[in-house]
Amino acid sequence: MSTINAAPALLDIRGLSITYGHGDEAVVAAENIDLALKPGEIVALVGESGSGKSTLSKAIIGLLPESARILDGSIDLAGGNLLDMAAKELESIRGRRIGMVPQDPGASLDPVKTVGSQISEVFRLHPQGRKRSKAQLRAEVIRLLELVGIDTPEQRIGQYPHELSGGLKQRVLIAIAFALEPALLIADEPTSALDVTVQQTVLEVFTKLARELGTAVIFVTHDLAVATDIADRIVVMQHGRIREDRPVREILRAPEHPYTRMLLTEATASGDESRTADAARGIEVPAIEVAGLGKIFGSGKNERAAVEEVSFAVRPGTTFSLVGESGSGKSTTARMIMRLLEPTAGIVKIHGQDVTHVRGAAKRELWRSLQLVYQNPDSALDPRYSVSRIISEPLENYKVGSKAERRIRVAELLDAVNLPSRMAALGAKELSGGQRQRVAIARALALGAKTLVLDEALSALDVLTQAQILALLEDLQVSQGLSYLFISHDLHVVERISHDVGVMRQGRLVEVGAAAQVLNSPASEYTRLLLDSNPGALLREMATN
Amino acid sequence: MAAYIARRIGQALLVIWLAYTLVFLAVQLLPNDPVTIFLSADAAADPATIAAMKAQYGYDQPLIVQYFSQLVGLFTGDFGYSLASGQPVGERIGAVVGSTLVLASSAFVTAVVFAVVLVASATLARKPWLKRVVLNLPPLFAAVPVFWLGLVLLQVLSIKLGIMSLFPDGSFASIAVPVLVLAIHVSAPIAQVLLKSVDNVHAQPFIDVLRAKGASPSWIFFRHTLKNAAAPAMTISGITVGTLLAGSVITETVFARSGLGQVVLQSVTAQDVALVQGLVLLTATAFVVVNLVVDLLYPLLDPRILKSGTHGAPRALVA
Repeated sequence: MSTINAAPALLDIRGLSITYGHGDEAVVAAENIDLALKPGEIVALVGESGSGKSTLSKAIIGLLPESARILDGSIDLAGGNLLDMAAKELESIRGRRIGMVPQDPGASLDPVKTVGSQISEVFRLHPQGRKRSKAQLRAEVIRLLELVGIDTPEQRIGQYPHELSGGLKQRVLIAIAFALEPALLIADEPTSALDVTVQQTVLEVFTKLARELGTAVIFVTHDLAVATDIADRIVVMQHGRIREDRPVREILRAPEHPYTRMLLTEATASGDESRTADAARGIEVPAIEVAGLGKIFGSGKNERAAVEEVSFAVRPGTTFSLVGESGSGKSTTARMIMRLLEPTAGIVKIHGQDVTHVRGAAKRELWRSLQLVYQNPDSALDPRYSVSRIISEPLENYKVGSKAERRIRVAELLDAVNLPSRMAALGAKELSGGQRQRVAIARALALGAKTLVLDEALSALDVLTQAQILALLEDLQVSQGLSYLFISHDLHVVERISHDVGVMRQGRLVEVGAAAQVLNSPASEYTRLLLDSNPGALLREMATN
Repeated sequence: MAAYIARRIGQALLVIWLAYTLVFLAVQLLPNDPVTIFLSADAAADPATIAAMKAQYGYDQPLIVQYFSQLVGLFTGDFGYSLASGQPVGERIGAVVGSTLVLASSAFVTAVVFAVVLVASATLARKPWLKRVVLNLPPLFAAVPVFWLGLVLLQVLSIKLGIMSLFPDGSFASIAVPVLVLAIHVSAPIAQVLLKSVDNVHAQPFIDVLRAKGASPSWIFFRHTLKNAAAPAMTISGITVGTLLAGSVITETVFARSGLGQVVLQSVTAQDVALVQGLVLLTATAFVVVNLVVDLLYPLLDPRILKSGTHGAPRALVA
């Protein structure tokens, strides 16, 4: 590797190989990995899901699942091989010498313990020869909360995790990780579950602390944009192997491995300008039209307007994207359009027909032409059903065709979403995330829907799979004349697929217009903030030069 | 918090009232009134005696009057009179309920301790074979009938080994053995649910964070897992009241202990409807009270339960 120089390594991994399972069933997750980190160095571990980046990071901190086996190699931390250590010895190293910032802040704190007790727990676990009194512990906790930029720490100490927002929870977890100033931190996709504006502030807090305290960081991410923003070095993994390991600027300027080039192309690709032009085709009946749409949850003093006065139209054959942070009301809007939720105000028109108050059989008819593709392909498909059964289920529900005709329709749909016909017999749980999302799209199209509502449909996928599904959506749009209402918090994806964009904040549509206009010269302050928070500043800079 | 407690207590009272109404209606569905049924055990009852007894116990009143006077009695501790002994039902039950309560509550506490120890050793066992053995204990416990285990222990301990008296003599063994017999049976469902619940908690990401902090498996289990996993096990514990009371009756009969078991047996064989009615209501009340306690304990375990109601209250509660 090109970066090994005179400074003694803090972490030195040599020839590490890890498999899951036994014998013939064994899957290689990491193969012959060599990786070294100097003190204070921030390294981003990049790759798509299944590339082995999480396995590698879990191996370092000793949190591999029981099914994993380490076949070979060593992990030296400041001279001692972690793989040779007994459980007790490892426990004294974890939290003290190596810390971790987890992926999902929502589920990473004990829900039944106060925030304060979970931070002070680190000191109780590692007294390090100093017995701290209750008051001292409290002072330490307050200091840490202030360090990660949490205001009114005295109040926060007594709160439970459910009383904190996602961003605050991640700050608490960062405080826990930095509490004993470990030499090495493993951060596993620490901001992938957060909104883009929150993501930015959390990343700032995190990198600032790491730089100030001289902490070495292994930052696991599938987002090349985030990686380039914070890391000194990027390590690209694919199929359990390290493909490239070089400083950020070098790797951006001249990627050596074809896989790195592919990741970079996808991360910098932007929307096709011509699409916007040819899509503006005269006056046609909008695929979706909403006017003055509103939804109020609760009643009395708990009343809360989730959506207010939202009006927009999706032109037929185009993509309208609704962007905004979580809680901005975009999913509520989508569910009202789907008529899965009753609007409290306004009207919804689908293909010109007012469907605001349809119910019963008329509602079922609506769903023939309007379908939903949901966020998480893992839970949106019944894991015990076969692919063909999943796709033909709507046909059965609507009593369309004979058995043989349904079989033919399933084959057509699989073909349309570029899945081989042999997959029809597979179970949903045997598919990859991307394949599952293709099945979900095929199911949505089964009844001949012309308009799809895609609610964060790409968010759970890694960047390359995202690109493939995006290409599929674009192809289907052209070949079948589909209209999409695309809901996302990922501005990069939105930029690529949209003809029009609407920006939502606190239940209101703050800006709406052609994609190029909204994203290039935003009229509202908030859209500008969203765009500025979008990671990948360095990446964009390098791409334009 | 106050609203939560008030709502739960209100629900509990409603259930007791419904149970009373159901029992009252069931009695009316009998082919005859309680006095006639009771006296029909004798060869030929004198109609005059029947009428006198009916008047004495109030069974000659219109149904609606009976319903309300018994309902009022319920809240003033007057449960009517046992037809067999003429004693007030409250007194008759009160005389023996203490002994059953001691048996049932000791068995319950033992069962909970059993379940926790079992789950802790299954979770923390280093050796895989030990884990497997422990995991198979709860289904075994659930499968062994109380009366069989009681008879076998009695056979072995007092007849074969002679270390325990056949009848209760106040010795430690004469209390401990019945308690154990009952506890083993009651602990099975609690342990099974707790095991499942612990597995669910251990699959959550925050456990990984705890391990990354350097916490040992036993630290994690006792300080985090148990509290998170307790709620479903508590729900099941509340439901075991039925098993506990039924088991007490059997255990008391096997070990010849005085208690509710005897009264239940006698009242049923003597067709003493008033007494049976009292016993059914007592069981229903025990059920409701225990489940009310369980309901009131939930917020102590999980502050999120009160979230929908009053904000901020849980902090004061758990602090």
